[in-house]
Amino acid sequence: MNTPDPIQLWIIIIGMALGSYALRFLFIGLVGGRQLPAWFLRHLRYTAVAMLPALVAPLVIWPAATGGQPDIARMSAAIATITVGLLTRNVLASITAGAAVLYGLLFLLGG
Amino acid sequence: MGRTTKKSYLLSGMLDSTPFVLIAGPFGILFGVFATEAGLQLYETMVFTVSVFAGASQFTALTLMQDHTPTLIILISALAVNLRVAMYSASLTPYLGDAPLWQRVLAAYVLVDQSYALSIAKFENEPAMTISERLRYYFGTNMLIAPVWVGATLSGAVVGSRIPESWAIDFALPITFLAMIAPMLRTPAHVMAALVGSVMSLLAAGVAYNLGLIIAGIAGMMAGAQVELMLERRGMKI
Repeated sequence: MNTPDPIQLWIIIIGMALGSYALRFLFIGLVGGRQLPAWFLRHLRYTAVAMLPALVAPLVIWPAATGGQPDIARMSAAIATITVGLLTRNVLASITAGAAVLYGLLFLLGG
Repeated sequence: MGRTTKKSYLLSGMLDSTPFVLIAGPFGILFGVFATEAGLQLYETMVFTVSVFAGASQFTALTLMQDHTPTLIILISALAVNLRVAMYSASLTPYLGDAPLWQRVLAAYVLVDQSYALSIAKFENEPAMTISERLRYYFGTNMLIAPVWVGATLSGAVVGSRIPESWAIDFALPITFLAMIAPMLRTPAHVMAALVGSVMSLLAAGVAYNLGLIIAGIAGMMAGAQVELMLERRGMKI
């Protein structure tokens, strides 16, 4: 894999360090006990649960490791991870299930 | 039951956090490996992880960097993934807002999923806790997780380039994220946010500069908020 441009990398590291800290400090440090608008908090509640699947979906459907070709092993592993996660609500159990299906199928399909 | 002593609040925070070590450890190793494979030097990886201290955002940034995304889009996307800490910060404010400024400055730095989830549950269950007891518990929840996360990143970064391709380590990230998402799907609104987010991101995959992630995220957030409003109007408890 190619080496990232150091200037871009450091802009990102510094920008993210300042930005993440600002997000964390915003309310506890600055806003204090003041009430925030309900619509704002209502949207904020769904950021992680919307952004993370959005980030993962293309990685599952078009994995870089297969040159962007949909792959049975990886897709099945994703389905197993979600299914076990929904059934058990246990992060470790669902990672284990996903990994087991991934390696099982990669082995069987000779990937 | 007697009142817990001040010292043991720190300890009980630490003890309550032990299950999360099993997540922070492998997740940290994974980030270290991923960063090394992405071409980061050891010191770059470590400065990144210690200064940003937000695993999911760090993964997002690296994934987008490999895709030759413009810097500004990377920053916005990665910070958007971490927007939830602003919500945590808002929700902890009634409990910790009266602490001295220097303590809040420190508390903000270690505000992560685990410290928030454990602390808010504790504070709600024990309303009689004083500010200093709350802070001890809160910092206690981080005393194990933070060093484990940083140490795991270091070890992952060191072994990173030596992991053979046949291990399919590329897929550890999607699996880990999917496993983290499932327990978040507590209500129909959360499920809708996740569905709209993922479908939109596939539809918008061709949008220039990888803006698709931000578009999908906003669409998912709006969908979640709308479903929540709809259910509220029908008088259902969320």
